[in-house]
Amino acid sequence: MKYEGNVIKYGDNVDTDVIIPARYLNTFDEKELAKHCMEDIDKTFVNRVKPGDIIAGGFNFGCGSSREHAPIAIKASGISCVIAKSFARIFYRNAINIGLPIIECPECVDDAEEGDKIGIDLDNGVIINYNKRKSYTVQPFPEFIQEIIKAGGLMNYIRQ
Amino acid sequence: MAMTMTQKILAKGSGLKEVKPGQLIKAKVDMVLGNDITAPVAIREFEKAGLIKVFDRRKIALVPDHFTPNKDIKSAEQVKIMREFARKMGIEYYFEVGRVGIEHALLPEQGLVVAGDIVIGADSHTCTYGALGAFSTGVGSTDMAAAMAAGEVWLKVPEAIKFNLIGKPSEWVSGKDIILHIIGMIGVDGALYKSMEFSGEGLEFLSMDDRFAMANMAIEAGAKNGIFEVDSETLKYIAEHSEKDYEVFTADSDAEYVKEYTIDLSKIQLTVSFPHLPENTKTISEVGNIPIDQVVIGSCTNGRMEDMRTAAKILAGKKVHPNVRCIIIPATQKIWKQCMNEGLFEVFIDSGCVVSTPTCGPCLGGHMGILAEGERAVSTTNRNFVGRMGHVRSEVYLAGPAVAAASAVTGKISSPDDVIG
Repeated sequence: MKYEGNVIKYGDNVDTDVIIPARYLNTFDEKELAKHCMEDIDKTFVNRVKPGDIIAGGFNFGCGSSREHAPIAIKASGISCVIAKSFARIFYRNAINIGLPIIECPECVDDAEEGDKIGIDLDNGVIINYNKRKSYTVQPFPEFIQEIIKAGGLMNYIRQ
Repeated sequence: MAMTMTQKILAKGSGLKEVKPGQLIKAKVDMVLGNDITAPVAIREFEKAGLIKVFDRRKIALVPDHFTPNKDIKSAEQVKIMREFARKMGIEYYFEVGRVGIEHALLPEQGLVVAGDIVIGADSHTCTYGALGAFSTGVGSTDMAAAMAAGEVWLKVPEAIKFNLIGKPSEWVSGKDIILHIIGMIGVDGALYKSMEFSGEGLEFLSMDDRFAMANMAIEAGAKNGIFEVDSETLKYIAEHSEKDYEVFTADSDAEYVKEYTIDLSKIQLTVSFPHLPENTKTISEVGNIPIDQVVIGSCTNGRMEDMRTAAKILAGKKVHPNVRCIIIPATQKIWKQCMNEGLFEVFIDSGCVVSTPTCGPCLGGHMGILAEGERAVSTTNRNFVGRMGHVRSEVYLAGPAVAAASAVTGKISSPDDVIG
């Protein structure tokens, strides 16, 4: 699994209420949710995000509510991967379960600036920041989680 | 190997003699929960996968509490999906308006969770049931769908942080103040992926309602779960509410904790969390002059009977400040009726409060009390993130029921001592 895109950067404790405010949770249509993604933290996000872009977030990314609508909105907006210093645990599960790639890499987030071009090779656990000419090694997922990802999400895994 | 309370429950649920922190396990669940925001997504995933049967129709609870009574057509459609699914699958614990309450107040009250249970819920505050000595944790909709089908969930066995509670809290200080104090101390990711285990001689001074409020907000410290040692108070509550079999798990004396804190409850003051993170805590004496527009007393954190009684004690014979709307939301129908029988509604209405039917409503900016630009609320709810209760430039100050009720009277964040002379 390889991804390439430009960085959209946020700080620590990006919560699920700002990723997708509850006033839009009277629907679970992913296109509708994507229209309001990040609205309460960054009104410009939906207009500037391009397919393949990568969110770089700080510590505790996705904290707060268990709404799966948060990773769904991020994925449907075209984001290919979220790199953060750490993830809140429910967001972490939800992202894996719906097939939104996520990576913990504090060093990469510290170095990355808005707009930097980043390449990710998830199979080999490597991130490259082309602007900074730097590469990072990331911890592979535990085997069990890799199986879920390979199956294409939790429901497919369960069916198998 | 020595184990914590959480580790012992997870070992039982996965059929293993022992488990270790970091180990991935599959555990059988005793209850699976979803609400009107999360369950429709779970039902879509369930049906998309071609599944036709739930694992146990008596171990699933569907609770439409967030946008109910339905605030608009779209939310009515979401509840319709739940209702029809519940009928089709024969799910026993679907709660219709008129019987429904806020999920994390409702399930314990209905006796659906007891000590030793493993509960997952597609709602982050599912961790509330740790007050009963159960392992309970929030998950997403896909996890809920998978658990409805298979009756199990994959979990990573968490490390633990121990909170040894000592001393007796002073007047007006409730479980809410204690947990806000702890979150202020360790931060919103201070317990990330870990279990928060509460024990110690101070437990005897904490009611079940105090403990529910504390376990409820474990997620606000990033925790996987919060759990209380079972004592006579817990067993009394279970006996009064449930006929289910329960099992008490006690931590081994040499269980390992990544950190241990001793919390002297007698030293904890009334505490307020400032916008926009629950960790931004100040004691009431540090607050300063903060005028407010709204007070909300309710939610899965503080919509229980003791919260109502505390609010009434402070509001009795007083008037809500002319600049303030005070919204009171008893969390369940049973609590609502009890408030009525004890004469609390008379107090609330005479003082100028409005009383709502049970709903999560304003806590998440859903309905029944949304804030306009620049408005401030003191709220007994659990989150004060940007835009949580309404406009992106509104503010939520989290507090317990005593501070909330006192603030309603004075029109600024206040201690009950400012109101009751």
